[in-house]
Parts: sequence; structure tokens; C-alpha cells
Amino acid sequence: MHDQPRFEPLERTTLFADGRASRPRVPGTIARGERVYDAHLVEGKVDGALATTFPMPITAEVLARGRQRYDIFCSACHDRAGTGEGLVVKRGLKQPPSFHVERLRQAPPGYVYDVITRGFGAMYDLSDKLAPADRWAIVAYVRALQRSQNASLADVSAAVRERLLAEAKK
Amino acid sequence: MAQIFHPSFNTLSKVSIFGAVFFLGAAVFAWDSLLRSSYNTQVDVAREQPVPFSHKHHVQGLGLDCRFCHTSVEESAFAGIPPTKTCMGCHSLVWKDAPILEPVRESYRSDRPIEWTRVHDLPDFAYFDHSIHVAKGIGCTTCHGQVNEMPLMWRTETLNMDWCLACHRNPSANVRPRERVFDVDWDPASLTDEERAGLAAQYHLKSMLNCSTCHR
Ligand code: HEC
Ligand code: HEC
Ligand code: HEC
Ligand code: HEC
Ligand code: HEC
Ligand code: HEC
Repeated sequence: MHDQPRFEPLERTTLFADGRASRPRVPGTIARGERVYDAHLVEGKVDGALATTFPMPITAEVLARGRQRYDIFCSACHDRAGTGEGLVVKRGLKQPPSFHVERLRQAPPGYVYDVITRGFGAMYDLSDKLAPADRWAIVAYVRALQRSQNASLADVSAAVRERLLAEAKK
Repeated sequence: MAQIFHPSFNTLSKVSIFGAVFFLGAAVFAWDSLLRSSYNTQVDVAREQPVPFSHKHHVQGLGLDCRFCHTSVEESAFAGIPPTKTCMGCHSLVWKDAPILEPVRESYRSDRPIEWTRVHDLPDFAYFDHSIHVAKGIGCTTCHGQVNEMPLMWRTETLNMDWCLACHRNPSANVRPRERVFDVDWDPASLTDEERAGLAAQYHLKSMLNCSTCHR
């Protein structure tokens, strides 16, 4: 009763040589219920080139999700503002470039998506942890971060502008 | 014919009847204490692991979120244990030659998973699901304690049925805002009873005591 003849996730088995009851995914397969294949969404490519657009509309919810996922999965190394000085970097990881350098500001959204999906140099990919929609949400948030470091007063609404000006006077 | 039983046996028999009751009681008490002792429940007993992975260093020291490693905790019954690749994302560069990390590197090279010793393991006849607890605002530390202070993982709760039921009878006593579920520094005393009742209403908390909730 305590140990019934079925496998819990990650339980050991003698059925397979590597001892894993939870089988790794067969490359090139799609699980039931997974989205019908969409190269723009999944590969981040349109006609074989890195996508210059997002596969979905960017809403406040998408940005909020992107921010949450960014803080969980990227900030340890890239820090919350994207300057590349996360806590792990202080303990000896190679320092990633800041997202605010001109080269990365000019890179298309598909480029950042590609780095998350396939990794880049010393950075391992995070495709096993993030579903495509979440990766795009993070890309959108990285875009927002980049914008935030180069924003001008004209970018904010009139009401916020007034508050900022009042605060600046203090 | 002489009496077989000396008069003193009267007292002896009374004492032994009483004694038997007392003895049985003591035995039941001892058995119960044994069942609830940390020897049996493994509460507060740190487990040896193939690699001395420290939540204290990774969660407290580096500020990593639980979901960085326990990725599926929000969507599935199983919280998930990180694959070796997750460790290597950092340890291919940080502490990359440390001898204590050799089993991690070996696992990555040979594509054989690290065999962690389970700390929490319910019997197979009891069903538990992380996703519902996370979605209803029950935090990790409520059931797993201050993992951010554990150099090696141990249990802080018995996982006995009476523990599950104590909360299921009145779940609102343990509720917290959803966005604080992963917060290891959450202080349960920071909400008033009214605020908790408000959250419980907002999340539609039900008291689930039906046997088939957990035995299905
Ligand atoms: C374990 C630490 C770590 C994590 C987590 C991490 N990165 Fe990186 N990232 C790096 C390092 C190191 C580099 C530099 C790699 C190099 O130049 O070899 C880098 C580089 C990058 C680059 C720049 C590539 C270029 O052209 O220079 C981007 C974009 C990037 N990361 C995005 C992300 C995003 C988005 C996430 C979260 C989903 C993330 N990274 C998570 C360590 C990390
Ligand atoms: C860097 C990756 C990492 C992070 C971040 C992390 N964990 Fe873990 N966790 C592990 C590994 C690896 C194990 C298995 C080894 C062990 O039991 O110590 C584990 C085991 C556990 C276990 C025991 C599992 C069992 O065997 O029953 C619990 C409970 C747990 N973690 C909770 C948490 C909580 C809560 C957080 C967030 C505060 C967290 N972890 C953050 C990697 C991580
Ligand atoms: C986000 C980066 C990161 C990830 C992911 C990570 N580690 Fe670490 N780990 C570190 C850093 C940085 C240190 C050094 C800690 C310090 O200096 O306090 C460390 C230290 C260690 C140590 C040395 C003893 C100690 O705790 O100080 C062990 C063992 C270890 N990690 C095991 C693991 C295992 C196993 C995994 C995978 C489940 C893992 N780590 C995942 C960054 C990481
Ligand atoms: C209501 C109590 C409860 C809460 C809240 C809870 N856990 Fe658990 N956790 C358990 C129990 C019970 C088990 C053992 C499950 C089993 O054996 O099937 C467990 C097992 C685990 C394991 C081992 C793998 C597994 O799923 O069996 C990890 C890792 C873990 N928990 C992490 C977390 C994290 C991270 C959180 C916060 C999001 C969390 N837990 C919240 C009760 C809880
Ligand atoms: C700290 C509080 C707490 C503890 C401890 C706790 N639970 Fe729960 N559990 C909840 C709450 C809250 C819900 C959600 C009730 C609702 O749907 O409103 C829940 C729901 C569930 C469900 C229903 C899932 C579904 O899909 O219907 C199961 C199964 C469950 N718990 C099992 C357990 C088991 C087994 C244990 C003990 C190992 C346990 N719980 C311990 C608070 C707790
Ligand atoms: C909230 C979840 C939950 C509910 C509801 C629940 N149980 Fe349990 N039950 C458990 C867990 C968890 C265990 C395993 C405890 C352990 O580790 O021994 C258990 C163990 C048991 C056992 C002990 C089996 C053994 O071998 O020790 C019996 C019998 C049992 N339950 C019957 C019931 C009955 C009857 C009901 C309905 C009145 C019920 N349970 C409701 C979670 C639950």
C-alpha cells in the first residue's frame, strides 16, 4: 500500500538502462494539447530569419507576466534592471553584457528570444523551464527595461509628468 | 487440605489487574510516542544527499526563487526537482573545479540524473497536489518551514493525516496573498483575522475533509 506498483515522477525503474521512470522527451515530438506548430511562436523565426515582431499582442498582463518570469529566471545573473550585475556574477560568473548597450537595444525581439531558447556563449538555454509564450513575455519586458533606461519626460502621460515635475522640484 | 493461595495473593492479584491496565496504557503511550517521534516521522532530521546542496546558500545567499529550480510547482501536483543542467548553468563557471561538485559534473557528462534522497514522501495511497495549494495562497514555508536556513533539507512537519486535516478544517488560518506564496520571509502575524477572512473569501477557500479528496 505504501509503495504501489506505479511510478511517481522521477522514481527509479529497472525497465530502462538509465534508471529513469520519467522518460526524457523524444526530440522533434509534440505533446498532446500542445499548440499546433508555429515557427514564429516556437522558433522565434519568420521565413528562417530572426523575428522582428512579437507573435502576440503586448498587453499589460503580458508585461506583468514577463516581469515576474524575468525576476525568477534572469535576475540572478542579469539583475533586476538588466545591467548584468546579478548576485551570481558577484560570486564569479562571467559578467553578461548590459541590456542597455546599443547593440542589444538594436537587436530584434527574435534575438533575445533566440538567446533564451538556444543559449549564448557561457549562458545555458532556459527552454526547459520556460514555455514559448513566457519567453516572449520576458522579451517584451526586456524591451520595456531597455526603454526605461532611455526614457524622456515626453514618454509619460500628462498626469504622471506633473507629479514627476513636482517631485523633482522638492 | 492446605490453601493453595496464601492470603497475600489477594493483594497481588489486585495489583496485577491494575498493573496490567497500567502496563497496557503505558505500552500504547510508548507506541504512540514512538510513532510521533522524530525517529519515525523524520521531522528535523537532515538527510544525507549525494551532493551537499544548500538551500541556505542558494535561496538566502543568492536570492534564487523556488521556481528557478522547482519549475512545475505552480502547474502540477509534483513540484519538480531540477535537472543537472540547471546546476551546470552556474557551476560550469562558478566553483567549476570544486571536488564536492564532482558528482554534478559526472552526472552532466554521463547524462545520468543525480539520485537525490527524498525528504518528503507520502505513501502512494494519499494524493497531494502542489498547484492547488499555491493557487489558493498557501505558502511554501507553511508546510516546508524556513528552507532558506537549511544547509541540508529536512522536514518540519510530520505529513501525518492529522496534520493535513488540521489545516483543511480551517484553511483560512494559513492563507496569505498569492504573490507572497514564494516569499520565505513572510510573517503570518502580519495579517489580521479580518484580512485573512477577506483573502479566504476572495480565493473561495473551502474546507475539504472528504476522504476522497486525498484517497482517490
Ligand atoms: C546563470 C546565469 C544567467 C541566467 C539565469 C541568464 N543569463 Fe543571460 N547571460 C548570462 C551570461 C554569462 C551571458 C554572457 C554570455 C557570453 O557572452 O558568453 C548572458 C548573455 C545574455 C544576452 C546577451 C547575448 C549577447 O548577444 O551578448 C541576453 C540577451 C541574455 N543573456 C538574456 C537572458 C534572459 C532573457 C534571461 C532569462 C530568461 C537570461 N539571460 C538568464 C548569464 C545568464
Ligand atoms: C538552485 C536550485 C534550487 C532552488 C532555488 C530551490 N531548491 Fe529546493 N531543492 C533543490 C534540489 C536540488 C533539491 C533536492 C536535494 C535536497 O533535498 O536537498 C531540493 C529539494 C527541496 C525540497 C525537498 C524535496 C524532497 O525530497 O522532499 C523542498 C521541500 C524544497 N526543495 C523546497 C524549496 C523551496 C520552498 C524553495 C524556495 C524558497 C526552493 N526549494 C528553492 C534545488 C533548489
Ligand atoms: C544561479 C546560479 C546557481 C545555480 C543554478 C546553482 N548554484 Fe550552486 N552555487 C552557486 C554559487 C554562486 C555558489 C557559491 C556560494 C557562495 O559563495 O556562498 C554555489 C555553491 C554550491 C555548492 C558549494 C557549497 C555551498 O553551498 O556553498 C554546492 C555543493 C552547490 N552549489 C550545488 C549546486 C547544485 C547541486 C545545484 C543544482 C541543483 C546548484 N548548485 C545550482 C550558484 C548556483
Ligand atoms: C500544503 C502543504 C505544502 C505546501 C504549501 C507546499 N508543499 Fe511541497 N510538499 C508537500 C508534501 C506533502 C510533499 C510530499 C508529496 C508526495 O510525497 O507526494 C511535498 C513535496 C515537495 C517537493 C518534492 C517533490 C514533490 O513534489 O514530491 C518539493 C521540491 C516541494 N515540495 C517544494 C515546494 C515548494 C517550492 C512549495 C511552494 C510553492 C511547496 N512545496 C509548497 C507539502 C506542501
Ligand atoms: C496549511 C494548509 C494546508 C495543509 C497543511 C494541507 N492542505 Fe491540502 N488544501 C489546502 C487548501 C487551502 C486547499 C484548497 C481548498 C479549496 O479548493 O478551496 C487544499 C486542497 C487540497 C486538495 C484538493 C485538490 C483538488 O484538486 O481537489 C488535496 C488533494 C489536498 N489539499 C491534499 C492535502 C494533503 C494530502 C495534505 C497533507 C499531506 C494537505 N493537503 C495539507 C490547505 C492545506
Ligand atoms: C487532507 C487529506 C486527507 C483526507 C481528507 C483524508 N486523509 Fe487519510 N491520510 C492522508 C494522508 C496524507 C495519510 C498518510 C499519513 C502517513 O504518512 O502515514 C493518510 C492515511 C490514512 C490511513 C492510514 C493508513 C495506514 O496505513 O496508516 C487511513 C486508514 C485513512 N487515511 C483513512 C481516511 C479516511 C477514512 C478519511 C475520511 C474520513 C481520510 N483518510 C481523509 C490524508 C487524508
